[in-house]
Amino acid sequence: MTVNDMVSILDAEIITAGDLNAEVKTACGSDMMSDVLAFVKDQSVLLTGLNNPQAIRTAEMMDMRCVVFVRGKQPAPDVVELARQKEITLLKTQHRMFTACGLLYTNGLSGGCKS
Amino acid sequence: MNNTLSFDYIVPGDDFTRAGEASSDVKHKLKQIGYDPDAIRRVAIAMYEGEINMVIHAGGGKAHVEISPEKIEMILADHGPGIRDIDLAMREGYSTAPDNVRALGFGAGMGMSNMKKCSDTMEIDTKVGKGTTLHMTVLAKKKQ
Repeated sequence: MTVNDMVSILDAEIITAGDLNAEVKTACGSDMMSDVLAFVKDQSVLLTGLNNPQAIRTAEMMDMRCVVFVRGKQPAPDVVELARQKEITLLKTQHRMFTACGLLYTNGLSGGCKS
Repeated sequence: MNNTLSFDYIVPGDDFTRAGEASSDVKHKLKQIGYDPDAIRRVAIAMYEGEINMVIHAGGGKAHVEISPEKIEMILADHGPGIRDIDLAMREGYSTAPDNVRALGFGAGMGMSNMKKCSDTMEIDTKVGKGTTLHMTVLAKKKQ
């Protein structure tokens, strides 16, 4: 699916747009950036309830294209600006983490984690 | 001819929101050079983990990075409390990070082992009460 497809599946609001046509194959849901850095491989989307700048930095270091804030979390303007500079799409959904991940999974997105 | 580029950064210890700026800059430079993508990602992750550690545990520090066609060297030095037990610090899941740091998404106790995993060599020079210097090398093409 594309980032655009995720917007409709999650009924998400686009906070800042990078490449909305970017192809997305795998995603990771976590509020713990340490774990994302240590365990995640080749995932293009991060779903998180953590809305500080380090969520964007982590996505940047991991070459992720999109960060989805769950539970309706709205990042502060400096966080949005950082994502804009890095051309990372930011989405916001009212769904909770479990539901958001479930919706994406049932629509064909996989976890794709390697140990 | 000298093919090595070197860069120095101050990692501010008083502002968690700025942690990662040095790693981001190094990643950007390596992309511009057209470095191997796998090496770039390993450098970015290892250095970012190091920066976060310097901010969480040591009140900031300095980072020195040297980029050559063969390898990238990162020297992260701080004047923090030092590491009392390196074996324990390397153990996955072990962390001395306070709760406020965990609330910010860090302190899962994966940092040190992840740095070792991402780098080809890692040396730790630490003295309790004096500080820690971490020397990591990432080869342009990872050893098999």
